[in-house]
Amino acid sequence: MEQFFQQLINGLSLGSIYALIALGYTMVYGIIKLINFAHCDVYMIGAYVGYACMTYFHLGLLPSLLIAMAACTLLGIAIEKIAYKPLRNATRIAVLITALGVSMFLEYGTMFFVKAEVRAYPAMTGWMTQSIQLGSGISVSMLQVVIMAVTVALMILLQFIVKRTRVGKAMRAVSLDKDAAELMGINVNSTISFTFALGSALAGAAGVLVGVYYNSINPLMGVLPGLKAFVAAVFGGIGLIPGAMVGGYAIGMIETMVDGYGNSLYKDAVVFAILILILIVKPAGLLGKNTREKV
Amino acid sequence: MKNALKKGWLKKLLALAATYGVVQLLISVGIVNDYLQATLATICINMVLAVSLNLITGFTGQFSLGHAGFMSIGAYVCGIITLGNPTLPGFLLGVLAGAVVAAVVGCLVGLPTLRLRGDYLAIATLGMSEIIRIVFLNLEVTNGAAGLNGIPQFINWTWLFIFTAGTILLIVNFLHSSHGRACISIREDEIAAEAMGINTTKYKVISFTIGAFFAGVAGAMYASYFYFLKPDLFGFLKSVDILVIVVLGGMGSISGSIIAAVLLALISTVLQSFPELRMVIYSLVLVVIMIFRPQGLMGSREISLSLFKKWSEGLRGRKQKEVA
Repeated sequence: MEQFFQQLINGLSLGSIYALIALGYTMVYGIIKLINFAHCDVYMIGAYVGYACMTYFHLGLLPSLLIAMAACTLLGIAIEKIAYKPLRNATRIAVLITALGVSMFLEYGTMFFVKAEVRAYPAMTGWMTQSIQLGSGISVSMLQVVIMAVTVALMILLQFIVKRTRVGKAMRAVSLDKDAAELMGINVNSTISFTFALGSALAGAAGVLVGVYYNSINPLMGVLPGLKAFVAAVFGGIGLIPGAMVGGYAIGMIETMVDGYGNSLYKDAVVFAILILILIVKPAGLLGKNTREKV
Repeated sequence: MKNALKKGWLKKLLALAATYGVVQLLISVGIVNDYLQATLATICINMVLAVSLNLITGFTGQFSLGHAGFMSIGAYVCGIITLGNPTLPGFLLGVLAGAVVAAVVGCLVGLPTLRLRGDYLAIATLGMSEIIRIVFLNLEVTNGAAGLNGIPQFINWTWLFIFTAGTILLIVNFLHSSHGRACISIREDEIAAEAMGINTTKYKVISFTIGAFFAGVAGAMYASYFYFLKPDLFGFLKSVDILVIVVLGGMGSISGSIIAAVLLALISTVLQSFPELRMVIYSLVLVVIMIFRPQGLMGSREISLSLFKKWSEGLRGRKQKEVA
């Protein structure tokens, strides 16, 4: 039982990270129907920016987190403007291939500049190294608490932006019907840029949190978490913000449970098997509604 | 009509035999050294991969990101069989078995997933190839992450040529058959094709299975030529690599795939000593092509003997006019 609760807590912190990345995938998919493969590399760049802030400028966790988020915001907007905007009216396969190209460009461009070696995040000091004992044998490290707290705070902020602000309303309108939104006087291009900015900021935050939690980063660190976060977004229902949160936690939990109780070698395979099952059984995802295709 | 067909065949055969003969001559004279031969093998393997993926993605319009998975099945099956029976018949049996197993897996995977469209299918095939990779990583018989080493090399230029030319000829013939036309109609408009009485699921699965079969052949060629296999060779990046060739050449153009396979192999040979730069250039090529020429180098056109004929006839016609 204790082991179960311990795994639950580990699963929650891993799930927080997947949820943060999945939000970016799902928002972009909701608004321009694109699987933004480059998103997982924005997350990687976020981790590197955080690393640079902590190692070379000796900043604390919170300032590094904010700087990384700001840098990723700019990167996200730049990617959208340079690579995706010229293809607004192209076929979906063309945009998807561009996304793959941007993703590879970021990965190997980063590798070219910082080399492929694994780097270690600076160790945390002070209260961050503590852990809380809950009952017998269950411990929650302060890092896990920080990860969960930051994730929940960012999610609340995101919900506030999407539901209560003008630009959030524009986002919802564009994802519902782009042409109608344009006719109503919404600036579609800037709304799309804003969506990329929001998603990339969340990915940047996830990058720094992963760097602090797992302590090692490399230029290809985004590939697998990115795919899993995408699985999470599909699991919850792609295009839906609550879906990404639910899916992120669910995938994190499943992965940790397979790791803890089953065969850790197959934990990635299980996640992808779930993806294929979901796609076949209920392609709209857990929270999505099935829409009938019209000719 | 029949005569014309035969005439075309004869010319094609002559062109193929000439290609084979010239390269064989260069190898035996020693101009094509071992290093160039490895490039040649890469080109042939990439051609088979690209043409088979083009059948799925370019002609049938089903976006697959899992081609490396089928390739790895062919490679491992052939590798294991050749290690157990290191003779030429053993190798040929390995190639056949690898291709058949890849085709069977392709059919089994295709049946449920090909109902999905566009990006969903891409992600499902990506997930499938990751699962295949993880299974190979954990099996006893594939020696896990360390991989298989010392697979005897039976493949030489002759076999490379036979497999590559055979694949291309078979796929081109398939595309010119009524089944192939059905596949192309699915790419053009799936709903219209269905309305015209084409069993879209059946033809999608057929094209996926044939694509997987030849990806398996390419994997077997790889295993035999480079004698070393490990699961990491067949990751997501390998699938993207193959996709780059297809997209660069033009989706729906066999000759485009062939040209792009040669071109990219030459580029990567030149950039051999800068692996990161090579990938950066690869990705830039991909993005730039998608922005400025989304149809690829060739679009959906083909270079063929009749094209040359048209050119020469055009030239002759102009000369005759001048004379008159």
